[in-house]
Formats: sequence, C-alpha cells, structure tokens
Amino acid sequence: MDFTLNEEQRMFRNMFRDFAAKEIAPHAEEMDHQETLPPSILQKAANQGFLGATLPEDYFGAALDSVSYAMLIEALASASVSVAMTIASHVSLVAMSILAHGSDAQKEEWLPALAAGEVIGAFALTEPDAGSDAAALQSRAVVQGEEVVLDGVKTWVTNGATAGLFLVFARGAEGVDACLVPRDAPGLSVGYREPTLGLRSVSFNTIYLEGCRVPLANRLGAPGQGWTIAQQAQDRLALAVAAAALGVASSAIDVAAQFATERIQFGVPIGQKQAIQNYIATAVTEVEALRYLLYHAAWQADQEGLDAFDVSVVKVFGARIARSVTNWMLQVLGGYGFMEDYPMARKYRDARTLGIVGGPTELHSFRIAQHVFAGRDLEIAL
Amino acid sequence: MDFTFSPEHTALRRMIREFVEAEVAPIAAELDREHKVPYEVMRKLGEIGLLGVCFPQKYGGMGAGETGYCILMEELGKVCTSTATNVGAHIGIGAMVIHLDGTPEQKEKYLTPLSRGQKIAAFGLTESNAGSDAANIRTRAVREGDSWILDGGKVYITNGGYADIITVMAVTDPALGARGGVTAFIVETDWPGFSVAREEDKMGIRGTSTAELVFEELRVPHENVLGKVGEGFVSFMKSLDMGRLTLGAACLGGAQAALDWSVRWAKRRRLFGAELAHKQSVQWMIANMATEVEALRSLVYRVAWMVDTGQPFTQLAAMCKMYGSEVASRAIDMALQIHGGLGLTRDYPIERAFRDARIAEIFEGTNEIQRIVIATNIFREHGVRIRP
Repeated sequence: MDFTLNEEQRMFRNMFRDFAAKEIAPHAEEMDHQETLPPSILQKAANQGFLGATLPEDYFGAALDSVSYAMLIEALASASVSVAMTIASHVSLVAMSILAHGSDAQKEEWLPALAAGEVIGAFALTEPDAGSDAAALQSRAVVQGEEVVLDGVKTWVTNGATAGLFLVFARGAEGVDACLVPRDAPGLSVGYREPTLGLRSVSFNTIYLEGCRVPLANRLGAPGQGWTIAQQAQDRLALAVAAAALGVASSAIDVAAQFATERIQFGVPIGQKQAIQNYIATAVTEVEALRYLLYHAAWQADQEGLDAFDVSVVKVFGARIARSVTNWMLQVLGGYGFMEDYPMARKYRDARTLGIVGGPTELHSFRIAQHVFAGRDLEIAL
Repeated sequence: MDFTFSPEHTALRRMIREFVEAEVAPIAAELDREHKVPYEVMRKLGEIGLLGVCFPQKYGGMGAGETGYCILMEELGKVCTSTATNVGAHIGIGAMVIHLDGTPEQKEKYLTPLSRGQKIAAFGLTESNAGSDAANIRTRAVREGDSWILDGGKVYITNGGYADIITVMAVTDPALGARGGVTAFIVETDWPGFSVAREEDKMGIRGTSTAELVFEELRVPHENVLGKVGEGFVSFMKSLDMGRLTLGAACLGGAQAALDWSVRWAKRRRLFGAELAHKQSVQWMIANMATEVEALRSLVYRVAWMVDTGQPFTQLAAMCKMYGSEVASRAIDMALQIHGGLGLTRDYPIERAFRDARIAEIFEGTNEIQRIVIATNIFREHGVRIRP
C-alpha cells in the first residue's frame, strides 16, 4: 500500500489550490449573491485546462488521472461549490460521456471545443416526474429519415443557462437514447431557471424540446444505450460531488478554526472551550476519513474503472460529512455564521444541496444495500 | 394531571390560526424575498390584542399567560419564522423586561402602547465582544443629575432598525461588572444620540431587522431605569428565560409544519411505481419527526404551565430552546430531503424554512450556552459550581 501522492499530483494540487484562492475565492460571495458565474472565470479555468480536465491530450484535454481530478474539484469547491459543480457537470457528465461513447466525428466536433471552454456542456435527464426513475422518462426520440425528432420537457438541467451543447436523454424505439443537441437546434428552448437554496451560481433550467430536430449522427452511442450512458455519467458526477463535499467541508474547518483563535468570550479565545474543540476535532476526523475514502475510490477508478458501489458509498458519506461539518463550523461562528457577509452561510447552503444533487442519499443508500444483498442472493427493489 | 387546553386557550388558538392564515401566510414568502419587515402585520396583531397576549389587561394585554403566548408563537412559527421572530423580540424579550421589572408608571407609559402595537420593542444586550459572554458588555451609562448618559453600541439587535422602544443594558459600575454594575434602561429611539448604524444581510429570517445600534451621549432620564440600579443583569436574564421558552414554541410550530408538508408530499409523489409514503426511508423520517414534535410539544406546554403557576423554570426553558431548535432543524432538514429537488428551490417554502431554522440554534443564547445553563443548574444541586 502507498498513500502518497506522486510528484505530478503534488504539483497539480498546489496549482489547483492557487487557482481557487486567487481566481475564485475573491469573487465567491458576490457571484453567489448575484447568482451568476462570470464567463471570465470559466475562461481562466479553461486556460488552465480544467474544462477538459480528464480528456486526453489529443482533444486538448489535461489528461488528469482520477485522483488529480478529485483534487481539482475539491480545490474549486473550497472556494466555491458553484464553480466546482459547474465544471464537474461540464467535464464528468458531458465531455466524458462523449469521450466514452462518441464516434470519432463526434469527439472531433465537440471535445476540443468543450476543453477550450468555447462550448459549455449541459446534461438533460431529469423530468418533472422522473428524477431518479428511468422507467418514468416521458421525453420521446423518434427517428425520421436522417434526423431524430425530440419532444419533451427537461428540468433541473445543470448549466442550462449558458450551455452550447445539451446531452439529452429521451425514450426511443429500443429504450432510452442519448442525443447531442446544440443550443441553436430548431425546437430547443431554454426556460425557467430555478432559484435555489445553494449552488446559486449554477444555472438549473427547464429545457423545452418541441419537435426539436438534430441529425441522426448526433445520437450518442447505440440506440437504447442512453440509460447506460446516463448511469455512467451520474456515477462520475457522484464522485465529483463527493470531492466537492470534501472541499467545502475542509474549507469550513479552516474558517472556523481561524475564527476560534480570534473570538474572545469569557476572557479566552473560544478555541480554549472544550465544546468548540470537540466540534473541530470531530469535523477534522470526518474530513480525513472522507478524504481517503474519496481518493481511494478515485484511484480505484483508474485501476479497474469506476465502481458503482464505491461511488455510492463515498457520495452518501461525502454529502453527510459536508452537511454535518458545515453545520458545526457555522455553530462555531455563532451569529457571524448566519450573516451573508461571511462565507460560512454560503458554504452551509451549498453543502446541503450535495445530499440531493448527483442522486439523493436514499437512492445511493439503496444501491449500497443492493450490493450487500446481492452477495447474499437477495434481490431488492426500489 | 390534565393535559388538555382550557376552552379559552382553544378559542385563542382558533382566533390566532385564522389571523395567521389570512394575514401572515400570504406574505411570508415575500417578506423573505424582499427582505421586508411585516410592519402591517405587527400593527394588526397589536390592534386585536395579540402583542399583549401574556400581559395583564390593565396594561392593554389579554392576560392569556405564558401558555397563550406559546400558542401564538407556535402558530406563527408554522407559517412564518420571520414574523414569529419580530413578535418574539417585541413581546418575549423587549417588552417582557418592562412587564417583569417595570414600575406601574413605566408599564402605563410603555407596556400599554407595546401591548397594543402602537409601539414596537427591541432588546439591547448583545455587543460585538459580548455575545454568549453577555456579562462582558462595554456600553457605559454615567449618572448626570437626574439623567444617565449612555455611550457605546449594540449589534445583532432584532427589531433594532424599526423599534420605538429598546430596553438597553449598560455598565453603571465597571468595578462591579455583571454582579451589581450593570443596569437596564428604557430607551426611546427618537431621542438624540440614538442611531442605527447598519442592517445585517442574513441567511434566514430575512423578514426581520437585525441592526447595529450606536449610542452617543444618549441622555436617559433616571425614571427610565428599569428595576434597580446595578440589577440589570438579573432583569435581563429573567426575560431571556421567558424568551427561550417561547422560541421553543415557535420551533414547535416550524417542526410541525415540516412534518405536515412532508406527509402531504409523501402521499402525492410517486417514484418507482409507488408513493413515497410506501418507502421505508421516508416512513422512518416521518416517524422520527412526529415523535420529536410530540416530545417538544409536551415540554413546551409543561414549562408554560410552570411559568403560569409560578414555579422556577430556568433550566427547563433552556431545554425548550435547545431541544426545540434542534428538533426544528432536524425536522426541516428531513422535510427538505423528502422533497428532493423541489426542496432546494426558492419557489417552495421548505427552502426558506431551512434557512430560517438555523438561527434558532444560535440566537437568544447559543445552544452551547443553553447546555451550560442546564449543566450549571444540575451540578449546582449537587454542590458543584460551574464556571463558563
């Protein structure tokens, strides 16, 4: 066993942290309050190679290994979970789906543009009555000659406001089909943006597909393969969510620990109080456990491919730890934690969303239980 | 033993519920979104007597006791935490000090218009370096003939930006500190020397004013000293005990609402071929919520009964606040989880409730301070004196 990072990973980690501290952190509060993500920030991230983080160099990607990618998302989230999730959705959901399932022509057409940030990717799976449930998918994909005609409504489309490319899932003749739909495709319109508790700089939009036509060549993968493509993409995203959870939790500890050395009550810095010490000690323990659970799952992905059980375990644990750590660190700050002029309230709001986005905790818990019982010949159903 | 509410309290609850449904529910989302204080609701609550729910009829109140006051806070807490907070700061701590320690003249002059909502009250204790460590306040009051001159400031004062009357704690004898050196004053906010320095931008309870106040050579007549000179800390602590109990009642309302929303949604939402109500994850959350809500309800109204029958209740009030805020936070957290993505959107009340709930674990004495109060009382009975 060897738990050390290699030379390259250490160098990357420092670079990610520098970028987050210099380019994102100074704007994080304002971005959150304005509910925007300035294109200049994404462009700077693209210049560093982050928008093609795990794409091969052939497509102008940074060819990061999975551990380095996890450290990238972690570092971005320590400054802004919104930026981390925007980039993770672009990379893990869209770019990597094209890399894994696209034709050479599709890869050539989209991957360099995605890596350069010329096009932002959005993932359009969820529907008003189908979140985690594939069987309930209502959108339709009908092949007409050399075109696919898409009809339906997609909700909570991450990056919907700014995306140039939508990866759309709809029911076709042989199951769920995946289609690459450019923003200017006839019949596609971007609608309502959800105002949200956290991740306020991420756009979550409703997308309308009304007789939306794209060339048949835009279908990603084989007919009926869409659900598999979606599942793999969501597993990659779930791992990135866990990395964001680690970033937001560890940065919350940094803020609270600093506060506890400066805030004097009852004549001493509150860090001298055992209640505060316990909150911080528990938080640090949880974050360290999460860190190695996450890096292990990421490392495993590079050895034998992403394992669905590993993903669910780290997603459930990450979301729980982000929630509990930001909650207790907010408590350390007392009234200051509740004020929007300090970063803690934002971290707390952002952290809470991580138990729902990327698949709710209950769904991942089901998958964990399914894995456990499968080893004991008991098939369980949702 | 008898756990039923009197017919008067049942009628009071019905009347409050009708008012809250008609006047508060329709504006709750707007108050949060627009960062607006419910002036109009406060005025109407005063007109129908509810801002004096627990004060004597002699001073414009309803005389419905602490039980009546808890009913008011519970019903407000179900619908709008911001409005409950405005009311709590007004009745529960701001006006309460005058009710508990004011002279008949002070009550006539101040409590009566406060009960009727003609004036709004706030409670001025916290300072930038004296939050949990309330005894560490620095605002000074110096005697000058028939007056006191106040210099200093307060932070995080609920209702501070629009209150007419603020009960303020100031140091009158630095040598004695909290033990005999702190005095409570009734301050009118239109007096020269009083100013509002800023309003805070908060994560939740955005329909409240949380203000920083500045006192510069603020002249307060000696007749506005509340209670005895040097005994302000005792006055304020008594008032805080009352406030803690009723904050627990508001949390009860919030937790009950979270449970009600969750049950409604679990009945309606279908996933994987069945309503969420049939999923054991959801059943567990509902069962846990309901049990905690019932435990909290029993605690809150038992302590209200203790107050109304003149029994000591400091330790139990701390438990109401601490347990109530944690039950509400847990219940609302579970409600958000049950609602999934819908729970995260600001178009739906769960998201607001989630942001609103969090402050109850912090203000009116952090839950850490409540635990210290509880432990101090327990160990005192066993001959151990705890220092914070």
